[in-house]
Amino acid sequence: MSEPVMVFDHVTKQYPNGTVAVDDFHLDVADGEFVSIVGPSGCGKSTMLKLIMGLEPLTRGSITYRAQARDESAMTGMVFQQPLLLAWHTVLDNVLVPSTLQGRAQRRADEPRARELLAMLGLADFAERHPYELSGGMQQRVGIARALLHDPRILLMDEPFGALDAMTRDQLTMDLLDIWERDRKTVVFITHSISEAVLLSDRVVVMTPRPGRVADVVDIDLPRPRTLQTISTPEFGRLAAHIRSVLDTAEMVTA
Amino acid sequence: MTTQLPRTAVDDHGQHDLSVRRQPPSGAERKRLSDLPGWLLSSTTVLLLVIGWEIAVRTADVSAILFPAPSGVIEALVTGFTDGPFVRHTLVTLQEIVYGFAFAVVAGLLTAVWVTSSRLAEKIVLPIVVVLQTVPKVALAPLFLVWFGFGMESKILTTALIAFFPVLINATLGFNSTSSEQVNMMRSFGATRLQVLTRLRLPTAVPSIIAGLDVAVVLSVIGAIVAEFVGSQAGLGYLIIASNTSLDTTTMFAALVVLSVIGLTLHYIVVLAGRRLAFWSEENRSRHAGL
Repeated sequence: MSEPVMVFDHVTKQYPNGTVAVDDFHLDVADGEFVSIVGPSGCGKSTMLKLIMGLEPLTRGSITYRAQARDESAMTGMVFQQPLLLAWHTVLDNVLVPSTLQGRAQRRADEPRARELLAMLGLADFAERHPYELSGGMQQRVGIARALLHDPRILLMDEPFGALDAMTRDQLTMDLLDIWERDRKTVVFITHSISEAVLLSDRVVVMTPRPGRVADVVDIDLPRPRTLQTISTPEFGRLAAHIRSVLDTAEMVTA
Repeated sequence: MTTQLPRTAVDDHGQHDLSVRRQPPSGAERKRLSDLPGWLLSSTTVLLLVIGWEIAVRTADVSAILFPAPSGVIEALVTGFTDGPFVRHTLVTLQEIVYGFAFAVVAGLLTAVWVTSSRLAEKIVLPIVVVLQTVPKVALAPLFLVWFGFGMESKILTTALIAFFPVLINATLGFNSTSSEQVNMMRSFGATRLQVLTRLRLPTAVPSIIAGLDVAVVLSVIGAIVAEFVGSQAGLGYLIIASNTSLDTTTMFAALVVLSVIGLTLHYIVVLAGRRLAFWSEENRSRHAGL
């Protein structure tokens, strides 16, 4: 393996009220790797992303990542559980939020790129609309376009499809695979869906709840490019069953 | 439309063979009075009331000191604005309202920003504000009269004080309605604290601020008039008191009409501004859907 772009070095996060959200989390992520973190609610998945973004201080250990970028905020792109769009902005302006924060000139410079991303996600005709005119799936696409605006090498996704219905979810999962196949960004994908994790990832990190610990790291060697048909292969079933059993054992131990 | 077909074959348990069919209603839909536009219905009602009032006053021969006829009030308004004192008094009161309201908005918004961006300020200032809010502000009008004299300053201050609290409280609610996820989103894209305020928290607060301004603008009219009652040399409140002492009830009614027009106009300015600025809010969208 080449030198990792992200290193989680024995990360521990304890909240002031004593709750240990993440305990001794250790992981190296290679450049261009798609890594999913799976676990039940309360296993500190979302805390992990806050730690990466520096929105919460670490208690012990360190997180290091490196990427070529204009500045720190352009190194990573983040997609959230909710679309978190600004209701008073058009779809285009929402995608351009990261640029607007850098000033008008940057916004103007990035507009063609934003339109390109919207076209790629099938939203070209909706650029001048407002978020409330869009369906939930379309709103989340806008959220994805916004995260991709600065073409970050590292994409962080926090259960991005969790709030969507099953069909929209499948569609967006395939779109994400497509996007990832193009330039192989490093992706840290947080989810509670085992099949989503297996379908997308190179590696799946299985976590246990309270405190959040790594129970197992599973290599997903399914051939790429993958499609929804991949789900019905026996190999997929075997990997999903394995992760399921790891989760079940882990839960029994803590229970 | 539901049509129940004739009953047949009753069984032992008293159950019939039933059948239900839905089909479009037959015949033209009945027109209702409530289908007419609201503005037409309400303005017609007001017109009818005014006509009824005119007829009642004329037939019962009520003294103008007790109840002036609408025609008399209109006449007083016309002469009052053409060669009477109405223009001067209206301008004075209007200035007091607008300046007082403007002060209240600026001070209320700044205090709301301060209170919501500093935990220390929130803990110290907010309880004080809550206590101060229970003081009846109009009761301070005589005090302002002593401090700032009979001119416009004391009225502007009373107006500002009354209008300040609804602005502050609604703006504080609005600034606090931003979710922490949204703040995290902005920060993850590199927003500074100031940018989070101007690009996220302020726009999020707009619908709430507009609601506060709507309350404040109505209170501003009350504040200016009450302050004029306490002691003044000009203004519509002064005019009401002055015509009261001379039993000129018609002029009092005319002044009331002018005040209502001022209040309504200011209210609509705020409402229209709200529709423009907060077109995206839940409330404004459901209003559009309802029309």
